[in-house]
Amino acid sequence: MTTAFDRKEVARAFQHPSASGVLASTLERSVEAAHRAHDQVEWEALRSAAHDIKAYAIANLDTLLMQFETQFTARGGTVLWAPTASDGVAHLLDICRRHGATSVVKGKSMVSEELAINEHLASAGIEPVETDLGEYIIQLAGQRPSHIVGPALHLSRQDVGKLFATKLGIAYTEDPEALMLAARTRLRARYMQAQVGMTGVNFAVAETGTIAVIENEGNGGLSSSVPPVHVFLMGIEKVIPRLADLPIFLRILARAATGQKISTYTHHFLGAEPGKTIYCIIVDANRTKLLADPKTRESLYCIRCGACLNVCPIYRRAGGFAYGGAYAGPIGAVITPQLAGMERAGELPFVSTLCGACQDECPVKIDLPHQLVYLRHKAVDGGHARSSVINRGIAMWARAMQDLSSYRRSVAWLRRAAAIGRGVGWYPGVLGAWARNRTLPQPPKQSFKEWWERTR
Amino acid sequence: MAVTFSATARYKAGEHVALFLPCYCDVLFPYVGQAMVALFSRLGIALEYPMEQTCCGQPAFNAGQWDEARTLGARFSRVFGEYQWIVVPSGSCGAMARGFYKYMDPESPAAAVGTRVYDLATFVFEILGRTDVGARFDGRVTYLEGCHGKRELGASAAAKTLLKAVRGLDYVELPNIDECCGFGGTFAVKYPELSVSMGQAKCTSIAQTGASVVSSQDSSCLMHIEGLIRKSQPSTSLQFLHLAQILAAT
Repeated sequence: MTTAFDRKEVARAFQHPSASGVLASTLERSVEAAHRAHDQVEWEALRSAAHDIKAYAIANLDTLLMQFETQFTARGGTVLWAPTASDGVAHLLDICRRHGATSVVKGKSMVSEELAINEHLASAGIEPVETDLGEYIIQLAGQRPSHIVGPALHLSRQDVGKLFATKLGIAYTEDPEALMLAARTRLRARYMQAQVGMTGVNFAVAETGTIAVIENEGNGGLSSSVPPVHVFLMGIEKVIPRLADLPIFLRILARAATGQKISTYTHHFLGAEPGKTIYCIIVDANRTKLLADPKTRESLYCIRCGACLNVCPIYRRAGGFAYGGAYAGPIGAVITPQLAGMERAGELPFVSTLCGACQDECPVKIDLPHQLVYLRHKAVDGGHARSSVINRGIAMWARAMQDLSSYRRSVAWLRRAAAIGRGVGWYPGVLGAWARNRTLPQPPKQSFKEWWERTR
Repeated sequence: MAVTFSATARYKAGEHVALFLPCYCDVLFPYVGQAMVALFSRLGIALEYPMEQTCCGQPAFNAGQWDEARTLGARFSRVFGEYQWIVVPSGSCGAMARGFYKYMDPESPAAAVGTRVYDLATFVFEILGRTDVGARFDGRVTYLEGCHGKRELGASAAAKTLLKAVRGLDYVELPNIDECCGFGGTFAVKYPELSVSMGQAKCTSIAQTGASVVSSQDSSCLMHIEGLIRKSQPSTSLQFLHLAQILAAT
């Protein structure tokens, strides 16, 4: 992963969550909309089916990817394999040079964010043009996306009004339609100028070589159809076995993401049209690490709907930037440490109560809370957990719990510490962190063990 | 939510039942253990308390310190190994014994003993097959859901059904009951700002119910919410009672 990841910045962001509650109430409404959409269908049956298809696809990734390559190639496309993030970038830059591109129009793609494609294009003198409205806004603002589906979710329409007034030189307005039209007018010309269009991939069908791209604004359709060259950028996990599997995902993806029955546009690309050159860059970039470990494998089932972010009480308060990478929320806390490296992002799995709301919401039923706690273990084992008083305290506690007499001594010690703290009105360390906003319960004189011994 | 009975075996009269009391309850909330003893005695079961029990290892497991968690899991399996039935007044510690020992090491003795561990609500409702436990409690009560009890153990419907069957008890559902209260073990002190913000949302929901009592199957979540409310309103008349205390009341 080549996006910026600053460990200290992440820790700080989680220590100072937004108090406004605007994000939380927006996301609450979007979860309610999703739940209404779930109720229109046999939601649990669809989730199970989607989970099983993904389980099959990920278990047979090697053969399915080869099958996809064969089909895609037979229909006039070129598959380019990218074992690393920089291989993916290099492939795209090669394509741009080969076709003399000075600009690239881009549909929304999270892998593009992960690989920091825009920065790499710009430093090669090629202008990246984001055409998804949310992506367009944050590109103008010089920011990263804060949400998998709604990249500009952190900005209000007033923020966008001010941004457009400054950057586009239009009169200030906060009317969403006027703002949309301002962007639309400017983007139309860019489609005609660009030699290369790039989009993400929602599903790549091994059986036929079909690629499905799902979007709501029509910008993906224009980015893919207007320029003479179309580059698909996808992670290895996007392949599904059969065309017949696709409708299941179409029915769950929009419902989980936005509460729509189906997205406005579902493009099915099958081979190269006459006069068109198509490429598919397939990126590993450490996904095989997630694959190799049975306990993290399920994270590759993700269809990037953002539902786990919407329901997550941590994301609702901390927002997307706190996660420091391309992917925020519970799925980000699971995959970023593996994609970007434990040594950089090992803290993310710890910023969770392990409440499991994300798993309930996930349309493919990924066991996110278990993966979070498993990654904590990997972080500790690899020496990547933030060494803290708490961790040392737990290790000491665990040792003391190994026999009854040291248990009793520890309890006596804690009682004394609590009594002293109560006396002086100050508690050290973790007790202090607790007591700043919460009263500390006072241990009664007699523990249960003592009561039991006295009454039996 | 529909209440369904699983195909688990039922308790037969005379079988031994061990009380697994969370370590923090032993020290901070001994009356939860006492309420368990009183409740089960009324139901005709003399709970046994293996004195050697300490901590199930969940704090270490959640902190990623699995070597420590495994050691305590092995110890748990020795202390509780002889019991066919083990009941714990906590969804969280119940999830550790029933789910997480197995998640760490599916073949371990701890995982095997863990399958015999039940949270209070599930044990009474499903294993004993009781809805009315003969309790009487006058008051408007809301239920604070523990996430592990709900999602790992599926104990939510059982707990609510038992509460609603208590004579004199006026049950009122907590708005946003599914949202975590923000306790999360060491999370509460590692990320206190997030934890407190989540807790405050829960306090607002509690205020909306007009309940005079907040009950839960997890004293840890209750401790967090009670602590928040008492800090800002030291003279609050709200009561915070473990499910066992309400079910034991007559």
